[in-house]
Amino acid sequence: MTRYIVQRLLLLPFLLLVYSFVIFAIIHAPPGDFLTSYVANLASSGSTITAEQLNALRHEYGLDQPFVVQYLYWLRDLLHGNLGLSLEYQRPNADLIREQLGMTVALAAMAFVLTWLIAVPVGIYSATHQRSVLDHIFTVINYVGVATPNFMLALILMWLAFAYFGLSITGLFSPAYADAPWSMARVVDLLEHIWLPALVLGIGGTARLARIMRANLLDELNKPYVVTARAKGMREWRLVLRYPVRLALNPLISTIGWYLPQLFSGSLIVATVMNLPNIGPLLLRALVSQDMYLAGGILLIYSFLTIVGTLLSDIALAMMDPRIRMET
Amino acid sequence: MSDAQAIAGGAVAEDRIAVASNWQLVWWRFRRHHLAMVCAGILICMYIVVLCPDFFCTQNPEQTDARQAFIPVQTLHLFDDGWNPWVPSIAGKRNPVTLRMEWTTDPRRKVHVRLLASGAPYRVFGLFPANIHLLQASDPGQRVFLLGSDRLGRDQWSRIMRGTQTSMTVGLVAVTLSVIFGVVLGGISGYFGGAIDLVIQRLIELLQSVPTIPIWLALSAALPRDWTPIQVFFAITVILSLIGWTTLAREVRGRFLALREEDFVLAARLAGCGKMRIILRHMVPTFMSHIIATSSLAIPVMIINETSLSFLGLGIRPPAISWGVLLQEAQNIQTLALAPWLLIPGVVVIVAVLAFNLVGDGLRDASDPYSH
Repeated sequence: MTRYIVQRLLLLPFLLLVYSFVIFAIIHAPPGDFLTSYVANLASSGSTITAEQLNALRHEYGLDQPFVVQYLYWLRDLLHGNLGLSLEYQRPNADLIREQLGMTVALAAMAFVLTWLIAVPVGIYSATHQRSVLDHIFTVINYVGVATPNFMLALILMWLAFAYFGLSITGLFSPAYADAPWSMARVVDLLEHIWLPALVLGIGGTARLARIMRANLLDELNKPYVVTARAKGMREWRLVLRYPVRLALNPLISTIGWYLPQLFSGSLIVATVMNLPNIGPLLLRALVSQDMYLAGGILLIYSFLTIVGTLLSDIALAMMDPRIRMET
Repeated sequence: MSDAQAIAGGAVAEDRIAVASNWQLVWWRFRRHHLAMVCAGILICMYIVVLCPDFFCTQNPEQTDARQAFIPVQTLHLFDDGWNPWVPSIAGKRNPVTLRMEWTTDPRRKVHVRLLASGAPYRVFGLFPANIHLLQASDPGQRVFLLGSDRLGRDQWSRIMRGTQTSMTVGLVAVTLSVIFGVVLGGISGYFGGAIDLVIQRLIELLQSVPTIPIWLALSAALPRDWTPIQVFFAITVILSLIGWTTLAREVRGRFLALREEDFVLAARLAGCGKMRIILRHMVPTFMSHIIATSSLAIPVMIINETSLSFLGLGIRPPAISWGVLLQEAQNIQTLALAPWLLIPGVVVIVAVLAFNLVGDGLRDASDPYSH
């Protein structure tokens, strides 16, 4: 087990290196650079900049160097934990990202917890009460849940809350706590607000997981060991929870691998629509204004979260399923 | 029916099954899913719109008029003393407090419309000139807003028709590209094995653990601003299929690995078939129906992705119209509270995705001969 984890951890820096190169190539791809749009902005506001000043700026940011040299500079700075200076905000990128990172992880984690809390009981109920009214209702909700884009659901909820209750359900805090220091009351306030975006983010995954859970459990419920246990007089709910549910959960755990990363990248859309503190809207803003090092830093953080998410799920699976441990 | 006849009928049915081709079997099984059949009908209707959106447009989707902004949905009535379709007339009054236009419908004053009437000229498939539209106002000066208008006074119905063309085509083209990449690379990987297999598998793993939406956004942000809508359209489909092919490639590879050991492949090899003939004539047809089912489940994912990218402003860009571009109008909650009909394109997205999912599920069940 330890060996397996160590092996996977050793692979991590290598993967990040590959990603860093790909990401740098992508953020470097747009024609022109930040200074082009900076000059355009200056021109539209009426001020001008001389060619010498422009060249000085270009030199200062290293924009006049060839691609590989720029990449190596960037990589060197990364290794020192320096993500560069945001060209637009004139602040260190690392600070900008750090401010939003906690809430990004909190939102994804919350969505993950909600998904499991809802999907597993719904799946169990649907399987044990196959073709009941609730089972059919759940099936319909599942299909619609998978078919609705996240942002659409967020829009509909926000519109309903605004039009019928006069509520604005954007942001993660009430105005009173928005800038307050951390306290117990603020955490409670956060929990009161975060569940809705988390639910919006997790609904597609919840629908899918509930469907997988139902199918797995239905397969297990017909097996002889269940009949044996029932014949011996075991109480039904205890029997179901004890044996078939545990087996049916196994394939579900293997889905964490793609589900956690999907939550991180999906949170970008929900956070943008619902105006949440998150690195997603920051990335969007950086991409539009060609703030390339900020965009690169955020993309790198996303990749890191994705890799860690996959790693955690692989470890969870290895812990649950001895066969996977034996392979390595 | 007597027993003897029933038995004879059953025997005939069995004979039919015995000699039916694989495609006929799939079709017979698919036909039994009534919901999937209904959804297939919906999709066919949508693709008819894709083929010729201009026929369904009631007016020019780009025509703006600030004085006709945020007009609510005008319900189509078909009968008025016999067959005489009309929509209620609307009258705008400026609210003296908020200074906002408030539209009221007046069912007594009618705007008559004609079905299959001639209107603005357009070209079918960009080739054949035509001017027949599904629905036109009888008075050419009148504008009819079947699904309301947006903040610039553009007709939402006509814009949805154009958007349907773009969004449904993006899904189809992106999946077609994914299938080509997936089958070729997955096939190579599965058939040859060894070092090639290793390289392709690592590449797939790398691509599959990429944070999709951020990378797509970064890639589409990298597209030059001065590209034409057509260029952007193709670039977006390529970007979407860049990651989409991996799932298919995995499945194709798995099938190839399994089929390589089958007796009929061995028989073909012993009979002296060439490699390409074995792959194309013997192996591919056996899992073709499976590929079609899988790709019909991949189309809705592509549609959702395109819609999301365009909604965020980094996918299809105006003046091109897609469902996501239309939904950008619904971004502001205050606007949405005034004009909830701006969410209708979202309903269209949900219906399309739902239909694709159900048809895909039906096809998947039908393409697997061992399922019951």
